[in-house]
Amino acid sequence: MLRFLLTRLLWAAPIVLVIAVLSFMLLHLVRGDPVTALIGDFPAPPEYVARIRAEFGLDQPITTQLWLYLVNLAHGNLGFSFSNRMPVLDLVLMRARTTLLLMVPALVAASVLGVVMALAAAPRAGSGTDATITGLSLLGHSVPVFWLAQLLVMAFAVQLHWMPASGMISLRDTPTGWAGIVDFLWHLVLPMTCITIYYVAIVARVARAAVLEVLHRDFVQTAMAKGLTHRRVLWRHILPNALIPVVTVIGYSFGSSLTGAILTETVFAWPGLGSLFVSSISARDYPVLQGIFLFSAIAVVVANILTDLVYWLVDPRLHRGSRKLANA
Amino acid sequence: MRSVWRRLRARPIGLTSICIVLLLALIGLLAPVLAPGDPNELGGDVLQAPGAAHWLGTDDLGRDVLASLIHGVRVSLPVGILSAAAALLLGGGIGAIAGARGGWTDSAVMRLSEMFQVIPAFILAAVISALSGPGEWQVIVVIAALSWPQPARVMRGEVIRLRQLDHVQAVRCLGISERRILLGEILPNALAPVLAVGALIVGTAILLEASLAFLGLSNPDVVSWGRMLNAGQRYLFQAWWLSVFPGITIVVTVLSFNLGGDALAAALDPASKP
Repeated sequence: MLRFLLTRLLWAAPIVLVIAVLSFMLLHLVRGDPVTALIGDFPAPPEYVARIRAEFGLDQPITTQLWLYLVNLAHGNLGFSFSNRMPVLDLVLMRARTTLLLMVPALVAASVLGVVMALAAAPRAGSGTDATITGLSLLGHSVPVFWLAQLLVMAFAVQLHWMPASGMISLRDTPTGWAGIVDFLWHLVLPMTCITIYYVAIVARVARAAVLEVLHRDFVQTAMAKGLTHRRVLWRHILPNALIPVVTVIGYSFGSSLTGAILTETVFAWPGLGSLFVSSISARDYPVLQGIFLFSAIAVVVANILTDLVYWLVDPRLHRGSRKLANA
Repeated sequence: MRSVWRRLRARPIGLTSICIVLLLALIGLLAPVLAPGDPNELGGDVLQAPGAAHWLGTDDLGRDVLASLIHGVRVSLPVGILSAAAALLLGGGIGAIAGARGGWTDSAVMRLSEMFQVIPAFILAAVISALSGPGEWQVIVVIAALSWPQPARVMRGEVIRLRQLDHVQAVRCLGISERRILLGEILPNALAPVLAVGALIVGTAILLEASLAFLGLSNPDVVSWGRMLNAGQRYLFQAWWLSVFPGITIVVTVLSFNLGGDALAAALDPASKP
């Protein structure tokens, strides 16, 4: 267990380093003068610019600058956001929490729905149900998630007036206590539905393939031959095995689901990373953009490690495999 | 050639998709004829609902939605196809070398490709566009730089598989050099699955470009589908046609590339069923 975790962390270290260097290059190579990039287009007094230059060692060779940047990162210093008047790290972490508030329920809903769809489709491979579900999941891959969000707004907020079109809470006479929670949930429904639909497409496709694969294994045939009920075979024998690739796909597509959430947020004005991203683009608040890139890339690495860990925990066959590898 | 066509005809959905892609390419080429004039030219009829004068309505600046869609093809299709072509060349080359060399080169390439797959493409592309100013070239470079691992992995797998086949072994026994075997025997046979990956990348690239334009990270003077959805966002309450039609166009285009690529790969594969 410890050994497994250690190898994963060792694997992650160079990747995080590459991400940090890439983030450095974004500001220094793409943007040209890093001072304008650091302070954005905000009017800054010349003595401040001079102080920044000295502070970041911009008169020094690029390798020294890179080293200074990495040291700053290691101390959690991602720069300062002038349009929000707070450190970038605090700002990004605060907004990321709001994004997760939207993403996590959507991911849970999508996983359950995707697996249920797969269980309905796979045993009837080639049937109408199967074709419909496969078609839907294919369609889900081709739909721009923000357009889906716009459709939901037009249908359920503009036409039917069932749900609010934007925001996370009612800004006019904000309710508190239980009413506040209900109000929040009410705002959550549409953006969450949007990400769920987008995500179900990915989960259902993989889950369907996994269920089909397990369905024809010998142990399933044996279970059937023993006279177990269909339902019991499905729940006890097929589902646990089919879940393993599902866990993997959910964990490994954390990056694309983060992208999906960011785009969805912009449509619903959900105050998370996506809204921060868009407002930072128009404010030319470059350290924030850089911070969001750094945060999401590292979040993907962390998600991948956690996925491997869960994968390792749920699949006992791997334990034996790793011991065998260790002995070899 | 004839057998390819026969296998393609047995896949009506795939064939339709390929036809749609070809039709879109034709529309893009003929855009100045189909929708004459500057698509950016402002008109007097602002926010008109779809009707006889403007089939798909007009936007907030009086531009015809249908004309904008037609001219938008000239952004989405080149961006998608060029990104995929660059990713295929890069990935195909790297994958072929990794598969042919094996050993140390192979594992280094595989570790490197894992590294690239971690970086979220959309966020990187958006930050680069925001920092350096918007442009289609940035999108193409970012997509090619981040999506080469997929074709590389497929190509590597194909090269390793094909190298062991009997007819390749036979050629090797004739004393033909490894390089000629790779170029003459292996690459042509590895083409189909790599092309299918390429079609998927076209779809991804079109979606990514549209997402950037939707956030306002595209040249404001160029009409594109994502730009139109950006405008549609501001009029969700008044003008549904500004969002609905560009969205449908994107979905149909991406879907056609995905399905068409699959069908083409299956048709090109001599081992697949007719």
